[in-house]
Amino acid sequence: MAAVIKLENIHKTYHTGEVDVLAVRGVSLEIGQGEFVAIMGASGSGKSTMMNIIGCLDRPTEGRYFLDGTDVSHLDRDELAAIRNKKLGFVFQGFNLLSRTSALENVELPLLYTHDHVTADMQRERAVHALEIVGLADRADHHPNQLSGGQQQRVAIARALVNSPSVLLADEPTGNLDTRTSAEVMGVFQKLNDEGITIVMVTHELDIASYTKRNVIMRDGVVVNDALVEHRAIAEVELRKLQQAHQAVKLSS
Amino acid sequence: MRITATFRMALRALRRNKMRSTLTALGIIIGVGAVIAMVGIGNGAKSQVEAQIASLGQNVILVFAGNWSSGGVRGGWGSAGTMRVEDAEAIAREIPGVIAVSPEVRDHQQVLANGLNWYTQILGEGPEYLDIRDWPLEEGAMFTDQDVRGTAKVCIVGKTIVNQLFPNEDPVGKVVIIRNIPFKILGVLVPKGLSVMNTDQDDVIIIPYTSEMKRVSKRTNLNAIIVQAASPDVSDRVQRDMSDLLRQRHRLGPDRDDDFTIRGQQEIADAATATTRIMTVLLGSIASVSLIVGGIGIMNIMLVSVTERTREIGIRMAVGAHGRDILLQFLIEAITLSSVGGLIGIIVGVGSAELLATWKQWPMLISISSVVLAFLFSAAVGVFFGFYPARKASRLDPIDALRYE
Repeated sequence: MAAVIKLENIHKTYHTGEVDVLAVRGVSLEIGQGEFVAIMGASGSGKSTMMNIIGCLDRPTEGRYFLDGTDVSHLDRDELAAIRNKKLGFVFQGFNLLSRTSALENVELPLLYTHDHVTADMQRERAVHALEIVGLADRADHHPNQLSGGQQQRVAIARALVNSPSVLLADEPTGNLDTRTSAEVMGVFQKLNDEGITIVMVTHELDIASYTKRNVIMRDGVVVNDALVEHRAIAEVELRKLQQAHQAVKLSS
Repeated sequence: MRITATFRMALRALRRNKMRSTLTALGIIIGVGAVIAMVGIGNGAKSQVEAQIASLGQNVILVFAGNWSSGGVRGGWGSAGTMRVEDAEAIAREIPGVIAVSPEVRDHQQVLANGLNWYTQILGEGPEYLDIRDWPLEEGAMFTDQDVRGTAKVCIVGKTIVNQLFPNEDPVGKVVIIRNIPFKILGVLVPKGLSVMNTDQDDVIIIPYTSEMKRVSKRTNLNAIIVQAASPDVSDRVQRDMSDLLRQRHRLGPDRDDDFTIRGQQEIADAATATTRIMTVLLGSIASVSLIVGGIGIMNIMLVSVTERTREIGIRMAVGAHGRDILLQFLIEAITLSSVGGLIGIIVGVGSAELLATWKQWPMLISISSVVLAFLFSAAVGVFFGFYPARKASRLDPIDALRYE
């Protein structure tokens, strides 16, 4: 299987004040087409920096990064923006939707910055389709403040999908959500992954990581463990369990 | 990114903060409105003065009698008493490029007619006076050379005289009594309005200068000689020649000052328009200051807006917006604010100018060019003051912007 993401000995050093912070010190990693990877680690382990580099928001100080076979480690700001637009979809912890803007328009946002010519009708069509995938087509006109946290995160996922990216990147996507909604959102990710979309997720929660197929654990800027998930959690099953537990609580009280 | 989409986004952002956008635009509205109204007032005053100067006639040169001084006591203009009818005749005869000359004597008299009386200016002039001043008669005819030679008791009256002494009748053929001498009215002048000095030019009775000197004021010297040059090109030379001729005729040695003053029309015009030009510049620059203050208001609000929307900028950059897309978005917001303000300002400016024109009776002149210029300037204010905040936004780091709380 061809590697969508190939990192070769990535280093990242921040020069803040007098001390250089070595956030990432020599990470090599390959992620293939159709994988579902969780990058885990405590805060300060370098996982967020890794995420920024994989997401083309930041450049490595050293090492090479191939995305879809092209070396993107030395591109300038505008070239990186074009790569983000075309090949990457972002889902953030805080949803990061534009307020007072409808779900549909939020999903259309990446299409505004696409350099291929997309007509307004095509934009709409693709945005509606992306909302259908996450099951929110009927909420297209709602503004973020009229949607629940889970729904907002699903709009964010639709936005990440709208440009048919090579990789979906999720940064603590369930950090602001309760257990039940987290399971729902993870269900959406699992469904997308089953359809062949490559997903890379950063999380520090073990139970969230157990929904993925492969866990990469980082500590002090290096990968300390890289293993396939043995007992993978399935969102539908977990949801059912949660429901039963809820029922039980109701019955007993 | 497409411009139309950017425009829509900018407009939406402005609509979201209606109050803020309105107040920001208000700065520009007041600025542009003030510039248009003030420049309109200035230009109106200038055109009025220019019209008054044109009412002097074409290529007119005035030769005033100078002042007399003896033992430190100095008389006023014309006191020298050295300007003679012969001087006027010599100018007409000897200086090339002079096409008409009218000797002038001025006096004020209480005049009677029709059982009414009125204190007015009496002008003694030559028959070519009305041609020089480009001043047509409403009815009747001008007195002739023969009337001048014969010191005839005839006159031409201005419109104010008609209104005061002959309110309900045709004055031509009637008689006015000046210093107990009856003068027959030959014609009535077309009204000319106020002069450069703001005096009523129609409050006048014109009689032959010979009649004035011999019958009314009984004197031998002139107040002035009014000369018309053939063209503006010869005007300067005619003025020099007249100066030489008069110095020679008055036997003024090289150590003596002129006993006359020569004023070309251009000098009079320059002096008169200088004040209004200064006024226009002054009013315009004060108004421009308010436009600049409006621009600073835009810059201020755009800076606040960029800070408030740091996260939005981060999101846009994360999904692929280039720096220039962000720059354009904020720049368009600023330009929209300033140019919409500019358009409303034009309406406000023209409206308040019209209001002042009708209410205060001020002359107002709003040219298309000043309106277009004010609008372009307001748009430029948007570009100038919007650029810094927009560039600041476009240079944000997407990682920091996304984390901004």
